[in-house]
Amino acid sequence: MRRLTPYLLVLPGGLWLLVFLVVPMVFMASVSTQEGDVVNGFVQTFHFATYGEVLAQYQTQFLRSVGYGLAGTVISILIAYPVAYWIAFKGGSRKATYLLLVLLPFFVSFVLRTVSWKFLLADDGIVLGPLKSAGLVGEDFHLLQTTAAVIGGLVYNYLPFMVLPIYVALERVNPTVIEAARDLYAPRAVAFAKIVLPLSLPGVFAGVLMTFVPMTSDYVNAAILGGPENTMIGNIIQTEYLVNNDYPVGAALSFTLMAAMLIGIFAYARALGTENVLEAAAR
Amino acid sequence: MSETQAGTGAATAAPALPPVPAIELDGVVKEYVARGETVQAVRGVSLSIAEGEFFSLLGPSGCGKTTTMRMIAGFEEPTRGGVRLHGQDVTGVPPNKRDVNMVFQSYALFPHMDVWENVAFGLRRKKVPEAEIRRRVGEMLEIVDLTGREKRRPREMSGGQQQRVALARALVNNPRALLLDEPLGALDLKLRQAMQIELKRIQREVGITFVYVTHDQSEALTMSDRIAVMNDGLVEQLAGPREIYERPATAFVAGFIGTSNLLNGAVERIAGGFAVLPLGEHGRVLVEAAGHSPGDAVAVTVRPEKITISTEEPAGDVSAVRGTVSEVVYLGTYNSYAVKLGDVAEMTVFQQNAHDSTTTAERGDSVWLSWQPQHSYAIGS
Ligand SMILES: Nc1ncnc2c1ncn2[C@@H]1O[C@H](COP(=O)(O)OP(=O)(O)OP(=O)(O)O)[C@@H](O)[C@H]1O
Ligand SMILES: [Mg+2]
Repeated sequence: MRRLTPYLLVLPGGLWLLVFLVVPMVFMASVSTQEGDVVNGFVQTFHFATYGEVLAQYQTQFLRSVGYGLAGTVISILIAYPVAYWIAFKGGSRKATYLLLVLLPFFVSFVLRTVSWKFLLADDGIVLGPLKSAGLVGEDFHLLQTTAAVIGGLVYNYLPFMVLPIYVALERVNPTVIEAARDLYAPRAVAFAKIVLPLSLPGVFAGVLMTFVPMTSDYVNAAILGGPENTMIGNIIQTEYLVNNDYPVGAALSFTLMAAMLIGIFAYARALGTENVLEAAAR
Repeated sequence: MSETQAGTGAATAAPALPPVPAIELDGVVKEYVARGETVQAVRGVSLSIAEGEFFSLLGPSGCGKTTTMRMIAGFEEPTRGGVRLHGQDVTGVPPNKRDVNMVFQSYALFPHMDVWENVAFGLRRKKVPEAEIRRRVGEMLEIVDLTGREKRRPREMSGGQQQRVALARALVNNPRALLLDEPLGALDLKLRQAMQIELKRIQREVGITFVYVTHDQSEALTMSDRIAVMNDGLVEQLAGPREIYERPATAFVAGFIGTSNLLNGAVERIAGGFAVLPLGEHGRVLVEAAGHSPGDAVAVTVRPEKITISTEEPAGDVSAVRGTVSEVVYLGTYNSYAVKLGDVAEMTVFQQNAHDSTTTAERGDSVWLSWQPQHSYAIGS
């Protein structure tokens, strides 16, 4: 009984994953190699050529999605790190309040938040309107339907997923360890670079995973804030499933994206695994 | 620059000037504001620590030891007063520019670095050449007996080993003074005693100034050249271990250092070089007359091991008081007696079990306690 306990503990979660993740995935994998249409039904023909076709046809959107995901992730680190640092080390007794503020946007629906950005960035919206009437920016200057708007939306929507893990990592850094570094002749900046930064890297690592993956497969931001030139792979998948009803193509696209991200993340973990990074930072 | 100038200045006037102290505190006050209330952690401490001295700050929890230490290291600035290191005012000088190193109570080792990198950290910051770093770190690890453990991470080591890494990490830089904040606090008794001897040996070997914070009086007494006993943000007494123990300056010091008996009385007369304090039916206490005059109310201390128990009234110029044994505790090498002098006082007496294992007195016995006048001191209260 004792030896079984750990397995019993994972049973509910394991069952959940089996029913709601593994089964649908196997089903979708099978769909991706079928042929047919909605009216006449799909039949399994092991038509792997679909994968080659979708890759060739949507290569641009694939690369664009990865590019947006990378850019959004990097910008998120740059914004989230100082915020997390400030809350962890200067937050005092108000830490919980500040964390709640970081999470506050989550109390509003994802779509609604993105739509409200659309109003903010519109040509005659509250940002551009006054600027244009003051003649500070040209009449043909746009924010909506640009790459910047889409990446901005991605960063805005996923930022808390970067702030929280970095905050947790920084919160665990013992302040006397920083004092020890200062005592051992390290100026502030060096103490940060040699002690705080390396010790918080596991948090950055987790934050990257938690933002890069959803950003890359996002479709709401490109749909609402972007133009035809900003279509991401998520938009294509959505169109294939819900508009064209071409399930095999949708499934093949999804699996290609998933495989690409798994490989990328695996390579990332191998190259920048926390242990490796810490070894390098120790010197 | 200014250091060389100060150096030459001192050299020309050398015969007249005493050596520059390693550390000087000058009326140092530290106030914290916590929840709108001002707390004085240190309330005016002045002291001067000589080069090469083993100096201890001793006192109960919350008396301001750590705060004092942190002002020397540069983690806190005094609210008032000044700190001088080797004759130089260090107000506003950050910790990384002060030539003192600290050993933290919780060690504060860098968790992501192995032993070697922890110890090499300070030398790397000072841009010491790699070959010299290798030599000095190697030597230091040998001194603290950690050779062969260079690749270990702090969490893979025992408390005593971590303690030695912390010590090595500070000492390897050859600081002009080492500040140790209860460095043995987390160790068990046996390891603690071994490390005390070790620390003392290392201090003799390297010859640098140690400022040692502890709340353990026996640790301070055995290791220090001088001790500052602190209470509530103030230094109550600053003296060598023997003097602190034998001649506590205040009731607080007497009570804090070891077990002590305290008797209150008034000087009746001065006779034969002694001030006589009668305790009514309980006998009398003699102290050396210097500084006393008839009518003074004084408190007198005497250490338990200085007292002799007898059934006969002792003769001669000794303090002699009478009471009833209320408790006898066998403590291995000695017995501890509690003797009640009515409701005047309860005295503690230690008697060695040297030649005779039978107890000198039993519970309920009426006995005389006596001690030489020079073993009791009148203290301020
Ligand atoms: N940052 C701070 N803010 C407010 N009060 C403080 C602060 N640091 C210390 N104090 C107060 O100052 C007093 C002295 O503290 P300190 O840490 O110097 O004591 P200590 O002698 O080292 O005690 P211990 O033996 O328990 O370590 C305490 O009453 C403490 O509550
Ligand atoms: Mg302390």
